[in-house]
Amino acid sequence: MTNRQLGAVMFAPAVLFIILLIGFPFVLAVLYAFSDARIGSTGFHLVGLENFRSILQSPSFRKALQNSIVFTVCAQAIVIVCSTILSMALEKPFRARGLVRLLILLPWVAPVSLGTIGWKWILDSIYSVITWVLIWLHFYKPYSAPMWLGEPRLAMASVILVHCWRLIPFSTVIMLAGRSAIPKEIPEAASIDGAGFWRTLFHITIPMMTPIISVALLFGIVFTFTDMTVVYILTAGGPFDSTQTLPSLAFATGVQGSDLAAGAAISLFLVPVLVAVAYFMLRVAHRAEVV
Amino acid sequence: MAVVETRNLTKVFKEGELGAVNKVSLATREGEFLVFLGPSGSGKTTLLRMIAGLETPTSGEILIGGQVVNHLTPRERRIAMVFQSYALYPHLSVYNNIAFPLKAQKVPREQHRTKVEWAAGLLGIGKLLGRKPRELSGGERQRVALARAIVREPAVFLLDEPLSNLDAKLRASAREELEQFHKSVGTTTIYVTHDQVEAMAMGDRIVVLHQGVVRQIGTPKDVYEDPADTFVATFLGSPPMNLVEFSDVIVGFRPESFLPADLLPGAKHVRFRYKVNYVEYLGAERVLYGAIEGSHFESKEIISRLSWTMPAGYDAGSVHDFAVAESDLRFFDRKTEKRADPRPYPWQ
Repeated sequence: MTNRQLGAVMFAPAVLFIILLIGFPFVLAVLYAFSDARIGSTGFHLVGLENFRSILQSPSFRKALQNSIVFTVCAQAIVIVCSTILSMALEKPFRARGLVRLLILLPWVAPVSLGTIGWKWILDSIYSVITWVLIWLHFYKPYSAPMWLGEPRLAMASVILVHCWRLIPFSTVIMLAGRSAIPKEIPEAASIDGAGFWRTLFHITIPMMTPIISVALLFGIVFTFTDMTVVYILTAGGPFDSTQTLPSLAFATGVQGSDLAAGAAISLFLVPVLVAVAYFMLRVAHRAEVV
Repeated sequence: MAVVETRNLTKVFKEGELGAVNKVSLATREGEFLVFLGPSGSGKTTLLRMIAGLETPTSGEILIGGQVVNHLTPRERRIAMVFQSYALYPHLSVYNNIAFPLKAQKVPREQHRTKVEWAAGLLGIGKLLGRKPRELSGGERQRVALARAIVREPAVFLLDEPLSNLDAKLRASAREELEQFHKSVGTTTIYVTHDQVEAMAMGDRIVVLHQGVVRQIGTPKDVYEDPADTFVATFLGSPPMNLVEFSDVIVGFRPESFLPADLLPGAKHVRFRYKVNYVEYLGAERVLYGAIEGSHFESKEIISRLSWTMPAGYDAGSVHDFAVAESDLRFFDRKTEKRADPRPYPWQ
């Protein structure tokens, strides 16, 4: 076997994986999006941009798009701030640091569906431990306790917080790596130059971490924008579509509602948005790297 | 300007272990260039970092300008430090690097440009202000680091091996510039190095450190000619001082004082038969590695350093009469390894 052949053989599993699990479904989705495919129907006609025109006019699509943006922006803002603080706290050695790091990483390691089911119980309208504690502390009367997943604003906040709980560990690990790449003389020099904590943080540490923060942000946006597990398990998009995001709407329309074509069109709508985000973030990372 | 003083300063990193710095007491003089010299692990950098406020002492006091500063943060100590790696802020331009201390100390904005230009002018980097650190050479980075240090006119300069990242040629010129620079600003400076040539050339006084303990403080001449113990005697000088042991005494003499006997007429001296084993030709001088023949010191290895002006003929394998003037002998106690008084010695 020549080197060339060996190379091709070694390379083949990766190519096959991408073609079968990513390429094929993607092409299929594109094809469906321009057709009138439905579950239970054998008819298949290309209808051009009809599906896109129809979803753009649909109020639930607009609502889902808006929710997706709110969900992503809020979740990422919280994740970046929290993971920056956590990475600072975990940077210096202290007793049991290894254990704390492990505990913090757990939400990311645990299967997302399991974690979310746990949260569903924590936020349940009857059995919620949070509500129980709040009542016990006399913040609420038993009959007027908040319905975490039942009121539109609270439901959105719950979905965002659970998603943050899941993403913060991942982001923290990336940030820790980024921080440890800054030579320790740099913050020391800043402290001797007279900079206090905030100046060092905002003028030295964060600018030097820009490339790594953009990577964490890019991954975070992609994970958040495309996530449907948290939404689907916690609220299934409700109440009144108030937590419906694009992926969950695509699933509800295409699979549960049998309209494959519309579902495909909704999910395709994510592609240009994510490509634009990726391009923009990589540019920021690149620019920060070459300064 | 200010005087830096340490009193019984100690730093123990791990409880139960030997301290990195042990009971160091020293004081600079006003406007002095004081060098901390020692091999790696001698505690010189830790000592400097404690003075800077980057390490907390385990015990002891640090005084700057007569005031105890143990509890003060680095920025309250009015010091400036140049790091071995220079620690320039990579995302800021040279101008903003130099201006950073001014901004951090809330110097009025309209003064920034004048001060930055003054500092940059002093170090000849006025044309580099728009560049980023990665676009600079090693020597230029070092100057930016110095400019950043002087721009707010600190009371004390702390320099941590600032020349060790430069190549040999640049280091020599940077050394000279640094000396000129110190003369022109006259600020009290503490300079850490493991390079004895740098220490001898630049220091008004040298603090020789070993295993966290001060072995000697003195002018370059003092520490070279009158070492306080055998460590200082062998650490300073290249090749190091020859040491020969006999009963309870160690006798030392510099390789350049161990010369052909006929070059030492008149003066009282001690003679040896010396067999040359190996010769290093270094241009301006020759270094002879050999051993003594006969006497108590049979086959004791001794190094001699001859200037290029001396006659040739000291080749490997040849045997000669060599001698050292009695005034060039240094005596050390064998037990404590500290300096001892000269005494009559049974040489043969």
